Parts: sequence; C-alpha cells; structure tokens
Amino acid sequence: MNAYLRADGRKGIRNITLVCYLVECAHHVARKIVDKCDDDSVHLIGFSGCYPNDYALTQLSQLIQHPNVGAVVLVSLGCEGFNREALIEVAIKAKRPIETIVIQQSGGTLLATSLGIEAVKKVQAATPIIKVTLPLNELVVGTICGGSDGTSGISANPAVGFCFDLLLKDNATCIFEETGELIGCEQIMAERAVTVELGQAIERAVHKAENYYRVMGYGSFAPGNAEGGLTTQEEKSMGAYSKSGNSPISGLIKPGDIPPSSGLYLMDVVPDGDPLFGFPNISDNAEIVEMIASGAHIILFTTGRGSVVGSAISPVIKVCANPETYRNMSGDMDVNAGKILEENISISTVGDEIYQQVIAVKNGQQTKSEQLGHQEFILTYKQFVPTGPSCLPTR
Amino acid sequence: MIATENFVQLHREDNIVVCRKRAMKGLEIIINEQGITLNDTIDVGHKIACKSINKGDKVIKYGVAIGSAMADIMQGEHVHLTNLQSDYIDSHTRTGVNSQSKILHSILGKQT
Repeated sequence: MNAYLRADGRKGIRNITLVCYLVECAHHVARKIVDKCDDDSVHLIGFSGCYPNDYALTQLSQLIQHPNVGAVVLVSLGCEGFNREALIEVAIKAKRPIETIVIQQSGGTLLATSLGIEAVKKVQAATPIIKVTLPLNELVVGTICGGSDGTSGISANPAVGFCFDLLLKDNATCIFEETGELIGCEQIMAERAVTVELGQAIERAVHKAENYYRVMGYGSFAPGNAEGGLTTQEEKSMGAYSKSGNSPISGLIKPGDIPPSSGLYLMDVVPDGDPLFGFPNISDNAEIVEMIASGAHIILFTTGRGSVVGSAISPVIKVCANPETYRNMSGDMDVNAGKILEENISISTVGDEIYQQVIAVKNGQQTKSEQLGHQEFILTYKQFVPTGPSCLPTR
Repeated sequence: MIATENFVQLHREDNIVVCRKRAMKGLEIIINEQGITLNDTIDVGHKIACKSINKGDKVIKYGVAIGSAMADIMQGEHVHLTNLQSDYIDSHTRTGVNSQSKILHSILGKQT
C-alpha cells in the first residue's frame, strides 16, 4: 500500500506539497521558501505572466488538485492579474489544505519567506496520510520524447509503445502527445481511432499543428535532432508516433482535460485560433506539465541525444534510445533501450522492462531524475477552445 | 539485403538503412550483394541509401515517405540535410539561414 488516497477520492503515488508563485515577481520568494524547507517533497511551480489567461488558470487548477499533490501554498505578489481566489476555491473543493502568502501584505521578501515556510509546515501537518493500493486501472501514464535522434524511433520509442500496450491491457490510461511531432502520421492515427468522428478530429488537430508551426517558421525540430541523424519533420514524427503502441485510440484531449475512462489518448497541445502566443510548447517540460495537468502519475521520457530533465509533481522515467548516449550519461537514465541496437535484445524485452519500472515507480521507487533533484516546471500563455464531444469516449 | 552489423533495414520497402553502430569512412559493406566503400563516417542514428535514389524520388523509411531527394543519391551515400528535404515543413540547424543567424551576423557586423 504505497499510494495516497486524497479526500476527493483520487489516488496519488507521491505526496507532494506545492509552492506556487502566481507571477514572476513572486518567483524568488517562492523559491526561497522551497529552498529553506529543504524537503524533496516540496516542489516549486508557478506562472510568470501578469496578464490573466484561461489556459494558465486551467493548468494550475488541475495541478494543485493532482492526485500526487497533498497540499498547496500560493505565493502572490498582490497586484498581479492571476485569479488566485479561483485557485483557492479549487483547492478547497478538492479538499487540499491551502495557504496563501501575499508578499505586499506580508512586509516584503524576508517576512513573506518566513511566513511561507510556516505555511508549508502548516499545510503539511493538515494533509491526511491514508495509504492505499493504486490499481493499474487507475494509473495514468504519459509519454514524451525529447532530444530525439535517429535511434529514438527504432529502440526507445517502440519499446515505450510496447509498454503502453501492456498497460492498456491492464486498463490503465495512457497519453501521448505533440500533434506537431505527428505531422505526416495523421492518417494512420485516424485509422486507429475508435470512431470515424474521432479519426476526423485527429486529422484536423494535426493539420492545425502543421499550419501553426508553418506560421511560427520552424517545425518541432531542433538542431540536435539533425546532428543525431534525423533529417525531416515527418521522419521525426514516424519515430515519435511509435511511442503510442498499437492499441486503438480512445480519445483526443486538450491540456488539463482528465480522460473520462481508461484507454489511449492523444493530447492536442497546439493552441486553437490564430497563432497568438508563439510556439505551442517552448521546450519539453511544457509538454510534461500538460500531461500532468491531465492527471499523469508518471511520465515516460525517451531520449536519444540525452535529456536530463525530471519534473515537479510526477516522476519521470527516462528511457535512453542511443547506446552511446547511455554510456555517456547512464547516471541520468532509468532504462537502456540502446541495447536493442547493440545487443540484439528485442523491443518487447525492453518494453517489458519499462513496464516493470512503471510498476516499481508507482510503488514508490525513485527515478534517476527524482534522486538527482530534477523538478523542472514551465507554464506559458496559450489559448484553447473546449474539447468537442466527438473527441471523447462516452462513459 | 545488408550484410553488415553496422546498419539495419527497418522495412523491406525502405531505400535507406539506419546506422546502429558507428561505421568508419572506408569501411566496406555489402548492400544487395554489392560491395560498397563508405565515403563518410556514419554515426549511430544516421542513414545511408541502400538503393540509388533519383532527385525528386521519395526517401522511404519505416515503409513510408520521410521526404524527397533534392539530388541524385548513390547507393551507400549518407542521406541527410544536403540531399533530403521535408514534404511538409523545412528543417533547421543552428547555422542555417534563419532569423537567428541573420541577427547574429548583424551583431558581429558580417554581411548576410
């Protein structure tokens, strides 16, 4: 019994206390509070902008009531545009202990910091600890690739796809994402959709991504991708796509949507409407945050070039695609999928190893990025219209 | 077929093979029962043509098109940014022609 039962009935695999700044001007105080708590379970998240944004409010609302989160301390400067009252209401409704520090009402940096440290202790003491078992049919796992190269699509990504198929057999919920990195795969994905209407919605989502990235002037393709042997967006897409496995696609969600039932979901991360706030996700952690906002307990992160990131709130399991990178950075990697290339080990063997890691991490085992203290977090401006009914399975 | 441990063919319809173990320049490999000497060192994850590819032809990997050849490509030749382009959206590198490099050139006082 390693999971935490929350008062709203959800079950988490970690017991995190969040310190959340509501504008960049409150970031330093929030970071000081976290640093001085010197507790690995106190994580820093926040939103830098001073202008209100529905997307940012939705993401933070979902994050503060994430099942891995036990309690919350908000850090506000006082004059920013963020609707902190709405967040407080969300936390109260989800029965998460919450305290709010308003720097302008607390006497400045030093006093707000010491009040914040007290607030963390207070909400931690108020968090009920009820240990339960989290069955696989209540587990939500997301996957992302970062620092992809020419090995990603032939070792780590299909191995994660194999793991996804195993998890889906256990009625878990799996999320894959970045429609901009699935450009060229829209038809094969549409064929896997459980309904014709969902298939059409998936095709529309990918076309939206293609148009959006074209306006931005760059595809989701970093120079390191090319150095690692990838040449085109559609080549990278085919590799990324293999993370999704072979199961039917049950639904298309947007960041912060909680999947209504078990199954495989594609997350549409590209904003709706005219391109307005820049690139859909400015770096890998922005996508990780969105999957966590949609309830992901664990993130499977595949990398070829070698990413080191983890995340606030949910553990990140890193699956290294490239055997040379693994030798170079093994201290950051949880699974060596490069042996598929060098040692003729099958994709299913490594896929099963990832599945076993998911279960171990679910049961409390720390990932490499957790051990190293990686708790990256990024949230930027976006706009979305709500998900249409054809995108989600009926209960 | 490929008679070397350095490269792997992912799909029978592919016209490229992927390097799974670094292959040094000058290495002799056998592709489709034909001996070929590598003109370049090929790193893990990179690809070479396993059939000759004409300019404008689709480059096939995983059994699907990953772009079009910008030049004729010989069997055994490295297939990458100089001879393959996306049919969807251009790829970029740190030093490619883009706004970032133009800005850098203006900061450094170079001609763009």
